[in-house]
Amino acid sequence: MEHIPILRMGSFLLITVQVDMHDRLALQLQDDLTERIVQHGSHGVLIDISALEVVDSFIGRMLGNIASMSRVLDAQTVVVGMRPAVAITLVELGMSLPGIRTALTVERGMEILRGDVENSMQELEAEEPERAADGSSEV
Amino acid sequence: MEVLKSDSLPIRTSEDMVSVRTSVRKFATELRFGIVDQTKIVTAASEIARNTLDYGRGGDLRMEALSNGTKRGLRLIFTDRGPGIRDIERALTDGFTSGNGMGLGLGGTRRLMDEFEIASKVNEGTTVTITKWSR
Repeated sequence: MEHIPILRMGSFLLITVQVDMHDRLALQLQDDLTERIVQHGSHGVLIDISALEVVDSFIGRMLGNIASMSRVLDAQTVVVGMRPAVAITLVELGMSLPGIRTALTVERGMEILRGDVENSMQELEAEEPERAADGSSEV
Repeated sequence: MEVLKSDSLPIRTSEDMVSVRTSVRKFATELRFGIVDQTKIVTAASEIARNTLDYGRGGDLRMEALSNGTKRGLRLIFTDRGPGIRDIERALTDGFTSGNGMGLGLGGTRRLMDEFEIASKVNEGTTVTITKWSR
């Protein structure tokens, strides 16, 4: 069975799609990815599509599914490297990829993911003192 | 109108769709379409090929490189012997789907190409013909 490789880098997962995916391969990627998010407790997914010459409605829908599934599993998804011709075609096709965050380069995509993780860390830290205060007042 | 070159491909499996995209891209490149038009043509071909496979139970694609004297064109003819489409107008509306898609296939494809024709007979099959001309 063919698979698209998924690389793990700290709390993120990286995917570089380098082949023209047939439909089953795209669906397999969805399954593999959700499994890996849970297995590693990943907080971010970066999908590089710079090698893709075509993104049709099926692949567009798959990217949207991946973003939604990841969100439910507490991970953010960023799609990077879309070719200009692909962007023009997708919009004319009627697919503007709602709900999918995009960045032009892998570097920018990683910045977005890191920013997300830092923000959620800060939110957690901000909540901590309150919990501590509640705890002490009960004693 | 002159047919400069033609070729046919089967559309029976999801792997065949990869061959469809590759072959259509090759024709479009040979006809010297720009990168944006190439991408639109290949994407349109992919959308219709999926319909042929999913709703038409498979079929064939005929590709024709055309010349009308001043312009070059690429015509793609998708034929299946599936159940046919009962209400073509409705099938062309964005958002209409009888399967598990988003219903962008036919309407969206029409926007990507210059010419779009669909002929269908219930219980006999469907033929979709799409054409793009060089600018």
